[in-house]
Amino acid sequence: MRPDRSVNARGVAGAAYAAALSAALLEPDRETPLLVSGPAGKAAAKRYNVYRNNVTVSLIDALAAAYPAVQRITGVDFFRAMARFHIRETPPTSPLLFEYGRDFPAFIERYEYAQGMPWLADAARIERAWLDAYHAADAPALSVADLASVSPERLADLVFTPHPATRLVRSRYAAVTIFAANREPAPVEDIDASQAEDALITRPEFDVVVRRLAPGEAEFLSVLMAGRPLGGAAAAALGAHPDFDIGMGLTTLIESGACASAQLGESS
Amino acid sequence: MSGDLTASLERESSRLRFPAHAIAGLAGTSFKPQHLQAILAGPKAPGFFEVHAENYMGAGGSPHRALEAIRRDYPLSLHGVCMSIGAPQPLDTAHLARFADLVRRYEPALVSEHLAWSTHERVNFNDLLPLPYTGATLATVCDNIDEVQEAIGRALLLENPSTYVLFRESTMRETEFIRAIARRTGCGLLLDINNVFVSATNHGFSPLEYLSEFPLGLVGEIHLAGHAEQSDDEGGALLIDSHDRPVANAVWSLFEGVVARAGPIPTLIEWDSEIPEWPRLEAEAAAAQKILDHAGTVGRRSHAA
Repeated sequence: MRPDRSVNARGVAGAAYAAALSAALLEPDRETPLLVSGPAGKAAAKRYNVYRNNVTVSLIDALAAAYPAVQRITGVDFFRAMARFHIRETPPTSPLLFEYGRDFPAFIERYEYAQGMPWLADAARIERAWLDAYHAADAPALSVADLASVSPERLADLVFTPHPATRLVRSRYAAVTIFAANREPAPVEDIDASQAEDALITRPEFDVVVRRLAPGEAEFLSVLMAGRPLGGAAAAALGAHPDFDIGMGLTTLIESGACASAQLGESS
Repeated sequence: MSGDLTASLERESSRLRFPAHAIAGLAGTSFKPQHLQAILAGPKAPGFFEVHAENYMGAGGSPHRALEAIRRDYPLSLHGVCMSIGAPQPLDTAHLARFADLVRRYEPALVSEHLAWSTHERVNFNDLLPLPYTGATLATVCDNIDEVQEAIGRALLLENPSTYVLFRESTMRETEFIRAIARRTGCGLLLDINNVFVSATNHGFSPLEYLSEFPLGLVGEIHLAGHAEQSDDEGGALLIDSHDRPVANAVWSLFEGVVARAGPIPTLIEWDSEIPEWPRLEAEAAAAQKILDHAGTVGRRSHAA
């Protein structure tokens, strides 16, 4: 038996309108729903299209606001076409627009017409991390003074709690340079996109900061962010990059405001 | 002391305390973050600010700093746009909890939402979609408003929509539907006069007749905004509630008529797209304030007489 679509979740009759209007909002080829009209027998095609247009344009605008560097790189027409495809495939499921577009970088990665820009998805990942950091919970960042009481022989046992805003994005391409150049109005100079770059995104106070990390620092920070002690993180970084500088790594960790606190873990 | 209690006391003691600001008789504007510096730098404008609740539902960061700065100095109106009160499905309880948290945190002078829906099943269409006016939808909307008012512990102002289509199944006029909602739920009303003008033009009814049927005594806030003009399938005027330009003359005239009858109700200039520099927006609010002040003076005189 077909479920009665005119009964809503509260068991009230007359609920078909939401399903009927929704079905065609993101589908321009579908007929205008039959249950709507204009006044005095007027047609409703152009009238219903106002809603279609509001939905699609407002969501494209939301993606453009979250991904301004991607839009600058692709140009407005390319961006809006790409965004329209994404919206039809993955419409928002949260009432909060700044939560929308989390799947957009992955969509860009497989978007047919963006295949010539393999670094575009990673630039988008940095923009997504930027927005998450912007809205993240407030917390004081760990300072050097907070570590003053730790004796040098226990440093390796320090375990860090990441600041709520901290994000790490690793790229096989020059995604940080590309991101930074396209978030500014200044003309973009030639960029060698083939250089791998890692981004650390932090917001110690209220301004989001995106840093390009030195070799080994991403390994170092990702192990620390996973809650493992400093000694292990340094070993992992040195294993990946023998010239990793632990002092520089610690300076980046503290200066960036990537951590909210530190505790002494078990003795290693 | 339990950890939970300690944490909750810490939250309580770190919570900002805001002064109570009276909003009666004031004109206000939409608050846009790009205007913050100009607002704080200028002489304190006599008015209020309204924000879309959803823009302040992030955990922290600059949006809350900006809203705290505004709330310290001005009365605030909190305007929800995505509660989806008109949908035939249960409210999103997580969203309702976030909305209630904002009401507790910022103690706004006014709290409002729309007679519309935006979510179907899990998809949020990010638009104010219309509903038919029937006994069944009336019951659903009233249940949803009861739930919102229960969560926020105060009355909600419900806004009349601007619409582009009609439903064949509607059995009640919009004003009749809104009256019934207010009677059953005890909610107040937000009268958007631009929406009245837009819907009246689109559906061929008289805005004055609509306003004469609207329960003005329940109106706690008025919205004024600009609209764009397109055409329908037959080539007739189809107005779009665009919030991207000054208030139209016809809407100003309707506004004057409403405040002459109902008195100086807090009035907002809504401007959400193609946002002008702050002085331009401030000037629109000053024009509304002048009309409110005039109505206030006339009202006091007639009381004295």
